[in-house]
Amino acid sequence: MATRSDLWTTLTEPLIRQNPVTLQILGICSALAVTTSLATALTMSVSLTVVLTLSAVIISLIRRHIPDTIRLIVQIVIVASLVIVIDQVLQAFFAEISRALSIYVSLITTNCLVLGRTEAYARHHAPVPAAVDAFGNGLGYSLILLVIGGMRELFGRGQLFGWQALPLADAGGWFTPLSLMLLAPSAFFLLGGLVWAIRAMLPEQAEAPEHEPPADVRAAE
Amino acid sequence: MTDLWALFLSAAFVDNMPLTLFLGLCTFLALSKRPESAIGLGIAMTGVLGVTVPLNWLIYQGVLAPGAWAWAGLPELDLSYLALIAFIGVIAATVQVLEMLLDRFFPAIHSAFGVFLPLLTVQCAILAGSLFMVDRAYTLAESAVFGLGSGLGFAVAVVMLGALRTRLAYADLPAGLRGLGIAFVLTGLMSLGFASFAQMAVSQ
Repeated sequence: MATRSDLWTTLTEPLIRQNPVTLQILGICSALAVTTSLATALTMSVSLTVVLTLSAVIISLIRRHIPDTIRLIVQIVIVASLVIVIDQVLQAFFAEISRALSIYVSLITTNCLVLGRTEAYARHHAPVPAAVDAFGNGLGYSLILLVIGGMRELFGRGQLFGWQALPLADAGGWFTPLSLMLLAPSAFFLLGGLVWAIRAMLPEQAEAPEHEPPADVRAAE
Repeated sequence: MTDLWALFLSAAFVDNMPLTLFLGLCTFLALSKRPESAIGLGIAMTGVLGVTVPLNWLIYQGVLAPGAWAWAGLPELDLSYLALIAFIGVIAATVQVLEMLLDRFFPAIHSAFGVFLPLLTVQCAILAGSLFMVDRAYTLAESAVFGLGSGLGFAVAVVMLGALRTRLAYADLPAGLRGLGIAFVLTGLMSLGFASFAQMAVSQ
């Protein structure tokens, strides 16, 4: 039986230490495409967290009844159905944001993060820990998305959630927007920098070098 | 004819899947450590995208699109919300069939890059190919060209990144940047290069 502190660890571990995006390379595809502004990043984070948590609960509830051979298909169908529901809800109530996200909401289906968590955790655990784990991973993902989305919107347009945080030079202020921040390359650079920052804080996560220089070279240095 | 060629170039370079649309990045980064595995992944991607996009076009136009059931007296039936599940099913089935065919007739090819095929079932770039096909209302010929073009664009990008990362294997990087971090920075630099192809599309 999981105690309260176990659940707390399950929830907080994926936030930074076991972050799904920066450590496990899961779900990057959608993480970068939707981060040109905070509003789309937030919508995407909420949608993903909802889908992830619900699918983890459903799969964990029926985990004893899924035959091992067809489990991937079962999981994909469950995730895809949830995504269709979310997509329809967004189209109905948030038409503008839904257009901005275009196909990336549907792509939550093939987000490796969702399948990764259901496959690795929900399939072997009771519904409550499974839900907590999924929710924690969703939050970890959201954290990265919001940090990158915030930086791109702030430096690319001088705005936060559409509110003018830095006065633009065109409008008599001092800030000249960096349009590179709104283009694809900046997302890669920012995420690379973020990975570097996290690994600088937690050195045990750094990857071992593939090739050690020969001993005599090192002795000479 | 020239239109199809332009579409091919734009799918392969201007709208390059991993570098400008951020699609399929998970496998893009995971399998680009060696050029050999990158080439295998590129070939598999081109094959699967080239087959599944036109196949999904047939399914969508024949069964799911609004008005597809008009011949059966159901002109109002609109099943397009089922597209997602249908596409995933078609992709999973295609990948399975491709794997079996390769195993039976070309065992050498199968042993070379067969391991990448099952991975492609849950690859966002493959699903995105079909979703874009619906979104942009392509014809059958266009969707085949689009599928092949984006597959080839992915292959070019992943082989280039694989080659770059091999060169960096001996570089003395800061510990935190090793592996994933530097891969992101490299991808960003490549993406910067591919951004110049956008100018090519404008000047046409």
